[in-house]
Amino acid sequence: MSVLVDARSGQQVAARRAHATRRWLGRIPYVVLALYAVIGGVGPLLIDYDPVHVSLDDRLLRPGSHLSTGATAWFGTDGVGRDVLAQVVYGARTSVLIGVCTVAVSCLVGVAIGTVAGYFRGWPDMVLARGIDILLAFPAILLTIVIAGAFERSVLVVVVALSATAWISFARVTRSVALSIRERAWVDAARVLGVRPVSILLRHIVPFTAGPVVALATLEFALVVLAEAGLSFLGIGLPNSAVSWGQTIANGKQYLESAWWISALPGIALSLLIINIGILGDQLTARYGRGHLR
Amino acid sequence: MTGQNLVEVRDLRVSFGRRTGSRLHRWTGTGTAPREVVAVDGVSLTVAADETVGLVGESGSGKTTLARAVVGLARPDAGTVLLDGDRVGPVGRRTAAQQRAVQMVFQDPRSSLNPRMSVAAIIGEAWRTHPVSAPAGDRAAALRQLLDDVGLDESVARHRAGELSGGQCQRISIARALAVKPRLLVCDEAVSALDVSVQAQILRLLDDLRRRHHLAMLFISHDLGVVHQIADRIAVMRRGVLVEEGRATDVLGSPRHEYTRSLLDAALELDTEDSPPVPDPAGGEPMPAGGTSERTTER
Repeated sequence: MSVLVDARSGQQVAARRAHATRRWLGRIPYVVLALYAVIGGVGPLLIDYDPVHVSLDDRLLRPGSHLSTGATAWFGTDGVGRDVLAQVVYGARTSVLIGVCTVAVSCLVGVAIGTVAGYFRGWPDMVLARGIDILLAFPAILLTIVIAGAFERSVLVVVVALSATAWISFARVTRSVALSIRERAWVDAARVLGVRPVSILLRHIVPFTAGPVVALATLEFALVVLAEAGLSFLGIGLPNSAVSWGQTIANGKQYLESAWWISALPGIALSLLIINIGILGDQLTARYGRGHLR
Repeated sequence: MTGQNLVEVRDLRVSFGRRTGSRLHRWTGTGTAPREVVAVDGVSLTVAADETVGLVGESGSGKTTLARAVVGLARPDAGTVLLDGDRVGPVGRRTAAQQRAVQMVFQDPRSSLNPRMSVAAIIGEAWRTHPVSAPAGDRAAALRQLLDDVGLDESVARHRAGELSGGQCQRISIARALAVKPRLLVCDEAVSALDVSVQAQILRLLDDLRRRHHLAMLFISHDLGVVHQIADRIAVMRRGVLVEEGRATDVLGSPRHEYTRSLLDAALELDTEDSPPVPDPAGGEPMPAGGTSERTTER
């Protein structure tokens, strides 16, 4: 009897341990993202970096070498002697900033358009549906490149160019939520009561899009960070005075064989961020996504 | 009945599926088959002030569509809805007074309240929408009074609608409707989704409230027993057409239309199955014995 109980409790302990391990593994993305947020927020205050300062004595130093100033370049230096660690740290700030701005803008636009189309149906819905079809007909990055390339390089242009395609997924998701919520009796009850349509949208429809929208926002954030790096890599993203992973990676392109660290280290920083946001997004989708609406 | 009709429906016709055949849809290729379903086909009906009209019929007979047209949620193709003799359109085009005058209680108690809003916020929304009907003084006291009116404790005010039971939700729905002091309450299968004991409580509550607040009611149900308990007049719908209309006792006592008779027979069969000792009431009072006894115990 006691053996049986022991065996069972042993199994339970093992199961509990596996469960706890999984829970801790599930928290890794939060930890990594918090680390990025801290580095992006506080790092630039601690590390001094001037993107247009060139030091030819310190060109292409390996990670861990000493600079002419006496400091240590933990991540090495690039082709014109700039510190790669500083570029990674400052680039984190740029990426997070661009990502947050773009996701916020596209989320606002997408949710507004999506709920209006889904709630009112009729011609606004049809215009949206056809519009989305047209936008989806050619690659998102192409539209972004066209917009970003047509204007002077600036943060605003990058945010607008990235938002131009990012809002679509928000609009589609909120439209589908609004289409289902509008059939609920509480919306009919509000209409019978004479509640203004704007209030109905804000109070009775929009709150129910929050779950899917938050889940989607994380996924979009990852895509936006990647797209921003892509634009900067192509030289049509942020101005040269700004520090961006994409630019650093592009700068290291010609030294890939001799100085791998210039492209590789910011690349690793970028991949880590995107992978972790992706995992977080999947977790949020599983918890709050469609099908978990009340 | 009384001379003044509160609501009058004239030759109302409502159909669905028309829009799918519109030119724009055809042009863009988004429409489905241009099929038209006529839910309500030329129905005329009046509800006088202070009167309760029961609307019965099987599923798909157009009862709900008629109700939605009366409150302005469904757009009629033809015919008119008159409120106090004035023609009224969709709910968004009605004046504030007209919106207030007609309120609705829905079938599904849970989905008729926004689950993320507290009961106080739900009632508050009604008052904010129609400040005329909002209490002049202490809103908390008025809310307490309103909840008490529908038989709820004041403690539910803090709860979110998602936390309440079906019966409580339906009471809150009724309270929300009463908050704007309506003159006509449209109850669309308001008790059908509730279990039998709660059903009886809500029916009693509605009966009590209509007396106290001088409410007219359009009470829709597929359940003859329920309609029998509350309606002064009964209208029977079948396939979008009104087949019979008259005083409750006449319609249930001596139905003229074959369909009404078959509805009554169906109710009877069920009832005799439940209580075999009751002899078949041949010819005379066709109301199921169970229904009558329930009625006597209640009043």
